[in-house]
Amino acid sequence: MTVATAKELPDDHGRFGPYGGRYVPETLMHPLLELEHEYFRAQQDGDFQRELQYYLREFCGRPTPLYLAERLTRELGGPRIYLKREDLLHTGAHKINNAIGQILLARRMGKTRIIAETGAGQHGVATATVAAMFGLKCVIYMGAVDCERQALNVYRMQMLGAEVVPVQAGQRTLKEAVNEAMRDWVTNVRSTHYILGTAYGAHPYPVMVRNFQRVIGDEARRQILEKEKRLPDLLIACVGGGSNAIGLFYPFIGDESVRMLGVEAGGEGIVPERHAARFQGGSLGVLQGTRSYVLQDEHGQIQLTHSVSAGLDYAAVGPEHAWLRDAGRAEYSYATDDQALDAFTKLARLEGIIPALESAHAIAAVIERAPAMAKDRIVIVNLSGRGDKDVAQAADKLGLRTPGN
Amino acid sequence: MNRIVERFARLRERGEKGLVVYIGAGDPNLEATRRLALAFDDARVDVLELGVPFSDPLADGLVNQLAAQRGLESGTTPTGVLDTVAAIRRDCAIPIVLYIYYNLIHHHGPERFIADAARAGVDGLLVLDLPPEEAAEYNTRMETAGLCPIYLIAPTTPEDRIEAIARNARGFIYYVSREGVTGMQSRVADTIGTMTGLIRRHSDLPIAVGFGISNPDQAREVARHAEAVVVGSAVVNEIASHGRDDKLVQHVAGLVQGLATAIKQPL
Repeated sequence: MTVATAKELPDDHGRFGPYGGRYVPETLMHPLLELEHEYFRAQQDGDFQRELQYYLREFCGRPTPLYLAERLTRELGGPRIYLKREDLLHTGAHKINNAIGQILLARRMGKTRIIAETGAGQHGVATATVAAMFGLKCVIYMGAVDCERQALNVYRMQMLGAEVVPVQAGQRTLKEAVNEAMRDWVTNVRSTHYILGTAYGAHPYPVMVRNFQRVIGDEARRQILEKEKRLPDLLIACVGGGSNAIGLFYPFIGDESVRMLGVEAGGEGIVPERHAARFQGGSLGVLQGTRSYVLQDEHGQIQLTHSVSAGLDYAAVGPEHAWLRDAGRAEYSYATDDQALDAFTKLARLEGIIPALESAHAIAAVIERAPAMAKDRIVIVNLSGRGDKDVAQAADKLGLRTPGN
Repeated sequence: MNRIVERFARLRERGEKGLVVYIGAGDPNLEATRRLALAFDDARVDVLELGVPFSDPLADGLVNQLAAQRGLESGTTPTGVLDTVAAIRRDCAIPIVLYIYYNLIHHHGPERFIADAARAGVDGLLVLDLPPEEAAEYNTRMETAGLCPIYLIAPTTPEDRIEAIARNARGFIYYVSREGVTGMQSRVADTIGTMTGLIRRHSDLPIAVGFGISNPDQAREVARHAEAVVVGSAVVNEIASHGRDDKLVQHVAGLVQGLATAIKQPL
């Protein structure tokens, strides 16, 4: 593969090589074709782009800083480590970049009702936020287990006026929330737009979400050239569905000297049903609209997954990541729950930043790799979200108590 | 000749409407599925639609989701379903369509799955999440194996897609009478006649209408617009409430007989 062809994907059928496509029930085919048509028109439309830029700047708080993490850099004794501070965005994670883009699109299409799935709740909060801002009705599907472990975000969504529907099916996490959102969409397709939160699902979602998230990489590239007068050597991001990672990676795909590392959730180790590292234990499959790497059993049933972070706890990975991996353009590793929790604490103590448990997986990877890298190297880690939502869960895992208890 | 094609030809000759019945395979177990199939054949069911249980049935309503869950809990695998079809074939020739999510076929290997299905005595596949745009190879393999690819048309399907789907479909066209997942409704959609009329402009295939039809009156009403009526969740519900009962087959066959009588008596 040449670098140029990698950047031109997907093709007209939404395919990244053998990955991607559009595997959905017939009821959704016409709405998806309509969405594709409208999205590509909006992309060419200066007014739409100006409106998007306006809200990204004035409402979401872009650009976000590219921050040199000096103490972390010193502690690890290797490359200069920069953090792309998506955690500083309104609502606390990169998810709002996509939510704002899609809601502008929904308004263009005359939709009056918004639905979304959410795992950690960050995408749900971002969607509830933009729905409130534009006065649209909003329903968020969230696995019952996730509702419990990310309770803070459930309250936030409710305060923003969204209805949060806990999903009781299966293992009651992100995958089941997506199933339920798709069922809702099939039923209310004429009035409703589904703001899918990651670079996954049927075409045009993977390409559309990537393009709404590429602002992360576009900014980071400009910022690092300003600060260091050269490109970074390595990019690191966590990968659930893969939207923050593809957002950071995509603008650098043509820069062959820049290596890319996606970090999946290793959970309790690579044992079936105890992790969510699709590139470790997964195989080619078709799930929820697209063809990609999927954790499945010998009969093709989707396997249970586990991760301390609800946002990475998902059985499949975005199709463009599968393609970048095949092409040798990006590498994928994993961090376990314990490594992520260590990284969570380390970043808080060294940098005064409490990361989301999802983003802590990316921090764990830099902690692992930096000591073996030369000091004149530059690494950018995507700090995709902040950890407020995880504080109760992490305190419990770390055995913290309030004074007097 | 393919058993589905043959059956609809016979129905047409007799001026009779067809009854398609959906059940989840392996609910409550595969032996019950086999016995139900034989009872349905006696009850004048024209096509048996067997749902292959999948962990993530995103096009299905709660009733069929629970059936899939019971199927998985009874240890039902795609291969087990094919073995059961082969066992049914020893005793009867009821046309059988597998209602299936694409990952199960994809994982088995599409070429091998289609060949295995044909060998077991399956007559058609209805793949919920495989639109014609993704199905070029699949259609060719189905043709070679002599199986009918059954396609859905939805109320949201515009005319140019109806035309494309009609080109790919064999056996019959399944019109989903409303937007939504599978499940019972208190009334049937009033747009059925318009849509079946539109489909007929592009296809001579028989049309079966389904999604939301649960009682003999609704079935009879829908039969006015179509060659066949599909009943699913109502039958699955009956199985759910008699799953552990010795008289399961008797109960379910009774319900199905009522539906068959309603749609097969002259309108």
